[in-house]
Amino acid sequence: MSSKQSNQLPRPDVDSGKMLVNIGPQHPATHGVLRLLCELDGETVLSVDPDIGYLHSSFEKLGEYRTWNQIIPLTDRMDYLAPLMYNCVYVMAVEKLMDLEVTERCKIVRVLCMEMERIFSHLLWLGTTAIDVGAFTPFLYAFQEREKIYSLHEAFTGARITTSATRVGGMMADLPEGWTDQLNDFVRTFPDTLNEIDTLLTRNGIHLGRTLDIGAISGSDAINAGFTGPNLRASGIDYDLRKDRPYYDYESYDFEVPIGTNGDCYDRYLVRMEEMRQSLKILEQALERLPEGPINVDDPRVSLPSKSDCMNDMESMIHHFKIVTEGIRVPPGDCYFAIEGSKGELGMYIVSDGGEKPIRWRIRPPSFVNLSVLPQLAEGHQVSDLIMINASLDIVLGEIDR
Amino acid sequence: MEAEADEMDGLASVLERHFELAVLGAEIQCGDQQVLSIKSEMNLGVLDWLKNSEEYAYDLLLDVTAVDYGRENKFQVVYQLWSIQKKRLLRIKCPLAEEKLEIDSVTSLWGSANWLEREVFDLFGVQFVGHPDLRRILMPKNYSEGHPLRKDFPLRGRYSREKQTEIALDQSYEDYYRPEQLRGVDD
Repeated sequence: MSSKQSNQLPRPDVDSGKMLVNIGPQHPATHGVLRLLCELDGETVLSVDPDIGYLHSSFEKLGEYRTWNQIIPLTDRMDYLAPLMYNCVYVMAVEKLMDLEVTERCKIVRVLCMEMERIFSHLLWLGTTAIDVGAFTPFLYAFQEREKIYSLHEAFTGARITTSATRVGGMMADLPEGWTDQLNDFVRTFPDTLNEIDTLLTRNGIHLGRTLDIGAISGSDAINAGFTGPNLRASGIDYDLRKDRPYYDYESYDFEVPIGTNGDCYDRYLVRMEEMRQSLKILEQALERLPEGPINVDDPRVSLPSKSDCMNDMESMIHHFKIVTEGIRVPPGDCYFAIEGSKGELGMYIVSDGGEKPIRWRIRPPSFVNLSVLPQLAEGHQVSDLIMINASLDIVLGEIDR
Repeated sequence: MEAEADEMDGLASVLERHFELAVLGAEIQCGDQQVLSIKSEMNLGVLDWLKNSEEYAYDLLLDVTAVDYGRENKFQVVYQLWSIQKKRLLRIKCPLAEEKLEIDSVTSLWGSANWLEREVFDLFGVQFVGHPDLRRILMPKNYSEGHPLRKDFPLRGRYSREKQTEIALDQSYEDYYRPEQLRGVDD
């Protein structure tokens, strides 16, 4: 071993009454590999210093060594709680830079995927947060419902978490037979479970006591701190990309954006609960709209020629060969494209020089920015509240560390 | 598309009036994305004005990042701004001179800039002047191979696997704390 192994652990400063306590990196209440270095005075939190990077895999650097389509598998490994959403936003950014319009069916399928993932991610947040405040039953209910979405993932993509379902210009495959019925079943049965969880938590005295006025932040502070998504809306700021910068015809869907008032843990809970209901509404409408037709765009820049063309004429074969061996090419320029992710504004910033690999691929990480507010929110609260506040931010460390 | 271009020109000329020679260029990317290049020395003033002007009110700083183009004048710091009230998106690019990779920190304007700038410092080595807590954030504190997202940084890192393991094992407990957190601890 090395010479610097004089690894004495720091002894607490008994005289000052302050204590330095590590929560994590291996602790279930941190919701991932997150280390919170807390300075405590008894039970009161004086300061928190989140230490991240334990899951860092440098996806952004890896992306610079991959062709545009090869990046897709990296995207779902970032937020494993809403993988399809990340698949979608990445290809949507590339398509925007290429000025490529996908087919109507593809658009609706992606809307289905994204709203399904919102519920999927919110359910995990709901279950684990409920456990953090001592309620075990909602966790079981939530995970039973998540299991149904896992099966939907599996039926569509063959994988439960690492879906990699999108391609530039379409999806890796069309929806399998019976998939929409399966999703319809979920949309029909899920409200019952949601209502049951609602009755368990929303007016539950213990839950109220643990969340009301805990970790409150005002609207202007939340904007300054960079909050987006449900966290920002809980503070009373009406900013939802599906309404304010709509993509994929979200303006034509009938749904509402829930807004909180106090910006505390309870409001963040209420906003997410209502968002799941609104997502169900969007799912219902999208299922009704889902048209027949091709799922992949017919554009020589991204799509392979048909097999019979490849066998019969030279140009098609060369074209096939070029796309398979070199990958697609994206025109020079840069593009920032964001969607309303389950955790906040999920953006992709891509820079291309016209080649088959990006110059720079940047993920605008919603959880990363949301977590940076934790010290500000937790200061002066109890240690148990710190756990609740951390849970209420809905972070995922895979995306924070990337 | 026309409207965005007009807006863009309007903003560029207003900025030109307030900050002489600050605007290096204004363009529209991808049909509707407004991109403004400004001098890196003037970033704080321009961003302050954009945030606080009533007409534009870009109050939400979405992202701070950098791009290494791997050629001449290769580094750029990129800000993504959004105005909640006016529903407008703006991208600000600040090209940096290669021999002087530094730019003023905007942490005084937005709290969200704190971690975002730390990440750019960690992965690109750009110095943010005036940042209250500029230290590595994703890479370990004793990481000594440089700044991974630069183009001249090899994908597998600069050191051999053995050396990387050795360095990782060589961390002492001080590496996990900040000095002020350890005050009062006996040596």
